Formats: sequence, C-alpha cells, structure tokens
Amino acid sequence: MINQKTTWKQTLHALLYLAPMMILLTIFFLYPILSTFVMSIFKNYDFYRNVGTGVSLTNFIYLSKDPLFHRAVINTFVFVLGVVPASVIISLGISLLLNRFKKVRSLFQTIYFLPYVTSTVAIAMVWVWIYHSDYGVLNFILGLFHTKPIGWLNDPHYTLLTLIIFSIWKNLGLNIILFLVALNSVPRQYYLSASLDGASTWQQFTNITLPLISPTTFLVTINAMIASFKVFDQIYVFYHNTAGPNNSGMTIVYYLYQKFYTENNYPVASAAGVVLFVIIIIATVLQNYVSRHYVHY
Amino acid sequence: MSKKKAANILFFFILLLGAFIMIFPFFWMISTAVKTPSEAATVPPMLWPKHPHWGNFVDAFKSAPFARYLFNSLLVTFCTTAAQMFTSILAAFAFSKLKFWGKNVIFMIFLSTMMVPIEMLIIPNYVTLTKAHLINSYLALILPWSASFFTVFTLRQAFNSVPPQVYYAAKIDGASDWNYLWRVLVPICRSSIVAMSILEIIASWNDFLWPMIVTNDANMRTLPVAVSSFSNDVGTNYPFMMAAATFVVIPMIILYLILQKYIIQGITKGGLVG
Repeated sequence: MINQKTTWKQTLHALLYLAPMMILLTIFFLYPILSTFVMSIFKNYDFYRNVGTGVSLTNFIYLSKDPLFHRAVINTFVFVLGVVPASVIISLGISLLLNRFKKVRSLFQTIYFLPYVTSTVAIAMVWVWIYHSDYGVLNFILGLFHTKPIGWLNDPHYTLLTLIIFSIWKNLGLNIILFLVALNSVPRQYYLSASLDGASTWQQFTNITLPLISPTTFLVTINAMIASFKVFDQIYVFYHNTAGPNNSGMTIVYYLYQKFYTENNYPVASAAGVVLFVIIIIATVLQNYVSRHYVHY
Repeated sequence: MSKKKAANILFFFILLLGAFIMIFPFFWMISTAVKTPSEAATVPPMLWPKHPHWGNFVDAFKSAPFARYLFNSLLVTFCTTAAQMFTSILAAFAFSKLKFWGKNVIFMIFLSTMMVPIEMLIIPNYVTLTKAHLINSYLALILPWSASFFTVFTLRQAFNSVPPQVYYAAKIDGASDWNYLWRVLVPICRSSIVAMSILEIIASWNDFLWPMIVTNDANMRTLPVAVSSFSNDVGTNYPFMMAAATFVVIPMIILYLILQKYIIQGITKGGLVG
C-alpha cells in the first residue's frame, strides 16, 4: 500500500473528495480572474448578453488619463505608507511591553484584539461620532490641549489622516498577537548568555530579538500592506457613500466600486481591478526580494 | 533599581493608555446608545447619562426589521461556515492522504488563487449570479464563500501532522477513507477545524461589500449592510445609530471572549490572514 503506483481508480476516488472545492473555486475564483482580465481589454461590453467587443487597451489608456484614478492610486499609496510602518512599529512596541508584564498580559491582549473581531462598518459608525467636528470626543480632548477643532470628516486635508488613524486602531490587535507569538519563541538562553557577556537591553534587542523575529515582522508587514491596498468599508461609512470631500478619500477599490456599481462601467472597473492585482503582486515580490537580505529564517 | 521601577511604571501607564484607546469606542458606542439625542450632542461630552435610556435599544430594534436582518446574518454566516468547512475538509484530506494524478498541478493552480484580491472578483461574480437569477437570494450571499483555498491549505497542514501510520492502521482494520476521515482524522484535528470555523464566522458576519452589492431588496440585507443604510435613514439620531451598531458588534465580541483561545490559535497556525 505504501509504495503503490497511482491508478485511475485512485484518481477518480480522490476527485470525488476534491470536486466540491474545485467546482466552487473554479466558478467563483478561477473563472472570475480570467474573466476580469478579458473584460478589461474590451472596448465595449454588453451586460445583457455578457459579451465584449473590440479588443484594445482603451480601458487602461482611460485609466492612465483619468485624474480621478491618479488620485485613487496616489491616495492608496499614501494610505499604505501611513498605515503599515506605523502599525508595525506600534504593535511591536506594545507586544514588547506586554511581554514585560506577564500577569496582565492576557487581559490586555484581549482588549487590544477587540477591534479586530468587530465589523468595520459598525465600528466606523462609532468613529464618525468620535470624529464629529462639533460634538466629537476627539476634538474635545484636543481642545483640552488648546488645539483648534479639526474637521476630521469634512476637511479634505485631513481625510487620509482620519482613515489612517482608524485603520491602525482597527488592526493593531492582529499584529500584536503575531508579534507576541514570535517574541515568545525566542529561546531564553540567548538573552541569558548575552547578559552574561554584558550586552545592554538595547543591544540584546537589536542583536537577538529583531533578527529572530524578522520572519514575523515580514509577515506582519505583508499582511498589513495587502489589507491596506484594499481599503474600502471605512471610506463608505465615514463619507456616507462618497469618496470624501472633493474625492479626497478616493482609493483604488473605491474607484473600482464606483465605476462598477454606480456607473455600470464594467470594463474600466475590471481594468482598475487588474491594476490593483498587479500592484499587489509587485509589492509582494519586492517584499520577498527585500526579505532575502534582511529576514533570517 | 528605582530607575527600573520608574521605567516599569511608565511602561505600564503606556499600556493602560493604549488599552483605554482600544476600548473607548466600544464604551462610547454603548454610552451614546443610552442617551437622548440632545444629551449626545452636549459640549463638553457627557461620559455617561444620568438616566440611561436602555429602551433605546428596543426602539431602534423595532424601528427597522432588525429581527429579519439578524436572521439573515445568522443564516448566511452559519451556511457559509458549514459549507466552507465541509468542502475544505474533503479537499484537505485528498491533498494530505490520497494519491492521484495531477495532485501537484491542481494544488498549485488553486494555491495561486490566494494571491488574488477578492475585490477584483466581484464584477464577474455579480455577472454570473445575475445570469443565474440569484441576485437577492441567500445563495448569492453564501455560494461564493463556500470554498476557500486558505482553509484547505491550513487544514491540510493539520492533517499532515497526523502520522501516516494512523491511516494505514485504520485501513488494515477495514475502515473506508470516508470513515477514517470523519471518525479519526476530523476528531484528532478538531482544534484546527474549530479555529478555522471561528475565523470564517467572524469574516462572514462582518463582510460588507459583497452583501451590499448582491442585495437590493431590503429584506435580504445582512446586519452590516442594514446598519449602514439605517444610519442614512435616521440621519443625525446618533443614539439610534449607536444602538444599531451594537447589534452588529456585540455578538462577535461575546463569541471572541468565549473562544479567544481558538481564534488566536487559528491566526497563529494559519500564519496568514488574507
């Protein structure tokens, strides 16, 4: 039985187990991936017959000339750059601190993780009230420090900052959990021998902790980045089904949604989807390249 | 020594402040939900109303068909999770224990789907379901999420960790593959299956973009979609909005508090949350 050759019978048998997963993923994942690429190169698309005509790069040329899409791409990148590094640093810092206080660690861990399990839409509604320029708690607290009230939700200059703060808050717990697991898998002996050799806490951190947790840092960065590239729900709630004042909160997924759902322009929306896909692939490949030099497995 | 103590006090204070920031929006949600609209809009903000209006929750629940939305969310979440676990357990078993032609090719093809942003797939899936006349149906909400290769991948890892000898022993005892899978493998890997189920329950309960797109009929809305449109209807009645938000948030928090061990296990075992 162990070194048996694979037979047709075995293959058929296995296919019975694989069929439900394969059929569903083919209809709802594989076919749509191909379909998006195909739809993105059609000049015209007839929804009622689901056929496209006129193969060309029209949609991509349209995107390359549409100022709104430029803004969506720029905003998405600013958002990612605003969220990812800050989120990684803050969550690493908090997990290091949590590791110092073992007795209360699980309680704090529970609290820090709460936002992650809750619906983005529902909790973003709460933040709309916190961000309110006249009655919001945030401006009230800033007022205690003699800061002028900020139009978090109606001043286009603050749109991305508003989204970034919320998104860091929402996903911090996930990163903290992943860092805590990594920190606790570093063997104690390393620190013991290092302190015997007279290494300072900072030296231990940079020479032992950081290199040994680098695979997790890499994972957390990739996760946070991919999630940030796809930001949508909070924009929808914060700006009542618009992309913010003067489209200041326009992102790639919001653009895709608007072209698809509001304007019924399926080919351009598909092209935007392809651009998002390519950006995520490039970012992941780049990260992999960088990780080969800095991540120690 | 006292320097170290001072540092510890400072660090503890930072953690405490952080925990306060994490939990405050939830407190504020409940606190606002039990205020009158005018109490909600006072400057300085009122931390907790003198006479909390707990009846606001009842009024908000009755002011829209929230019972129906709750039922929709429960049904969709239950069916999606059950279907996803069923299809994933079968597939993970085949990849882990069975021999067949094309195993690696099939595995790699489906593995590559994990890289694709789901947002990119909503357009063709919407077209497919429209053609099948399934828009505004439970099937539209459930079917696309009834299989996930991430779950297959994670369960396969769990199944792989069970020594092959167990499989051969069961075979010698005359167990069929089907019996071995459900009577031996699934019970052994119970904690991984529970962990993946909870992650899917959370994802399904909180999903927004897809349910919003495939439901135009108000009766078919799930809670997050219903709550976001409810907030447009009640305008500036923040206590009502906060009460509605509570309906979506609280069930997942309770689930998390009860089962957090498994949730954390699911995240750290899977390693990736995509």
